[in-house]
Amino acid sequence: MWGFKIAKSQSINYDRNDKEIMRTVLENEPSLRVCMACGACTATCSAGNLLPTFNIRRLNTLLQRGEYTQLRNELNNCMLCGKCTLVCPRGVNIRNIVLNTREALMKYESDTI
Amino acid sequence: MSEQCVAKQNLWAKYQKDIADDHYYYCRSCIRQTFFPASERAYLNIMRDKLGKDLFDDPNHTTCTGIAYHSDLVPLQTTETVIARHFALMTEAGYENMAISCVTSFGLYTELLHTWEEYPEEEARVRQYLWDATRREFKKPKNIAHTSDTIYKFRNEIAAQMTRPLVNVKTGEPLKVVDHIGCHYAKMFPTKGVGGAEFPRVLTGMVEAWGGTPIDYPERRHCCGFGFRNYLVMANRGYSVANSKKKFESMVPYKPDFIVANCPGCAMFLDRWQYTIQQMEGTTYGADGQGIPSLTYEEMAGLVLGYDPWELGLQMHQVPVEPLLDKMGIQYTPRDKWTGKKH
Repeated sequence: MWGFKIAKSQSINYDRNDKEIMRTVLENEPSLRVCMACGACTATCSAGNLLPTFNIRRLNTLLQRGEYTQLRNELNNCMLCGKCTLVCPRGVNIRNIVLNTREALMKYESDTI
Repeated sequence: MSEQCVAKQNLWAKYQKDIADDHYYYCRSCIRQTFFPASERAYLNIMRDKLGKDLFDDPNHTTCTGIAYHSDLVPLQTTETVIARHFALMTEAGYENMAISCVTSFGLYTELLHTWEEYPEEEARVRQYLWDATRREFKKPKNIAHTSDTIYKFRNEIAAQMTRPLVNVKTGEPLKVVDHIGCHYAKMFPTKGVGGAEFPRVLTGMVEAWGGTPIDYPERRHCCGFGFRNYLVMANRGYSVANSKKKFESMVPYKPDFIVANCPGCAMFLDRWQYTIQQMEGTTYGADGQGIPSLTYEEMAGLVLGYDPWELGLQMHQVPVEPLLDKMGIQYTPRDKWTGKKH
C-alpha cells in the first residue's frame, strides 16, 4: 500500500546501555578516572603491535560506553605484559583494569544468563 | 553586571540578526499555500491589521524553483535568473526589504546573495540573463527576513493584543511547546537566523512571550526528514519518515501539548507522518492515543490573537487540533470545521 517502509535507525544510544561493569571497575580501580585518553598505552602495546585491530585505549572507550560484546572480544587479546601501565603519564593501573574488567564481565554474563 | 554576564551578552549578540521594521516585499511559499493555505493569509492579516505594517503581496511573484533546484531538476543559472526577477519585481514596486514565507526560499535567496558576493562575475552574468529574457534590472534587497523573524520581532506587540495565552485553562499551567526550525533557516548560514543553528530562538521567543513553556528536547535540531529527494523519490520515503519518528520519540517523554514549526515542509511532515506511523506501526505520540498537533507559527499567533480556528485553516491538519483548542479554552463550532463559517 505504501511503497516504502520506515527505515530502522542506525544510531546507537549509549545512554540505554548498562554501565554496571564500568561502575564495578571504577570501584576496584579508581585510577581509571584520571585517564586522559592520550594513547601512550596503545603506542607501547605489544599485542597491539602484532594485532593491528587491538587498541588498548579503545577498551576504555568501550567500557565507558557499555559496549560489552565488542569489549569482550577485544579484551582477550591482552597478554597482561604491563607495559601500558609503565608508560601511562597519569599513573593509571591499566593491567589491573583489564583484569577487573574480565572478572566483572564474566560475573555479569553469568548473572544475566 | 559581572564580567561573565557581559561576555555572555556579547556572545549572544553574535547570534542576533537585523530584521527590518516595516515595508516588506512579501514572498509567498509554493507548498505552504497548498498544505496550510490560511497561514499566509493569517500572516498578512496579523502584520497589516494587528501590527499596522506595510507588505506588498505581489501577484507576479512566482516559485523560487527551490524544490526543483534541490532535486537537481533545474540548473543553477535558471534558479538565479528567477530569483533575480523577484528582486527586479521588488525594485519596481519600490521596496527594499524582503519577508519570505518559505524556509527553502529564504535559504536559497540567502545562498544566491552570498554566491554573488563571492563571485561578482556570476552576478553580472545573471543580470545579463535577466535583461535578455525580460528587459529588467534589479537592486539587491537591503534586508532579508524569514516571515517567522518578523513575527519574532513583533512578538511583544502581539502579546499586548493577546486574548488567549498559551496556557492550559483547566490547570493554569503554561502549555508545553516543542519547536522545530527548518534546516535551511539557519543551518546553512547561521548568522542569518535568530539564535543561529545552535540556539534556535525564533520560535521559542514567541512561545515564551505568549505564555507557553518551550521544551528543549534532545533531537530538537534534527531534520524533519523532508530533504526534498528523500521524500520525492518513493523508495527513500522510509528514510524521510524515520527522521520524523526520531524526533517524535525524542519529544514524547516531555508530553508536549503541540509542535510548532517555521518551515512549510516541516510543519506538514511533522503532521502527516504521525498518521503514516500510526497506520504502519500503530504508534501514536500524543495523549489518549491521539497525535501531537503540529502548527505553523502563524496559526499559533492567530490562536493567541483570538482568530477562529477554522478561519485559520486548522481543519487542514491531519492530527486533530481539538484537544489543544480545549486546553486553551477556545470556543469552536465542530460543524464549522468542514462546512465553513456562515457569514
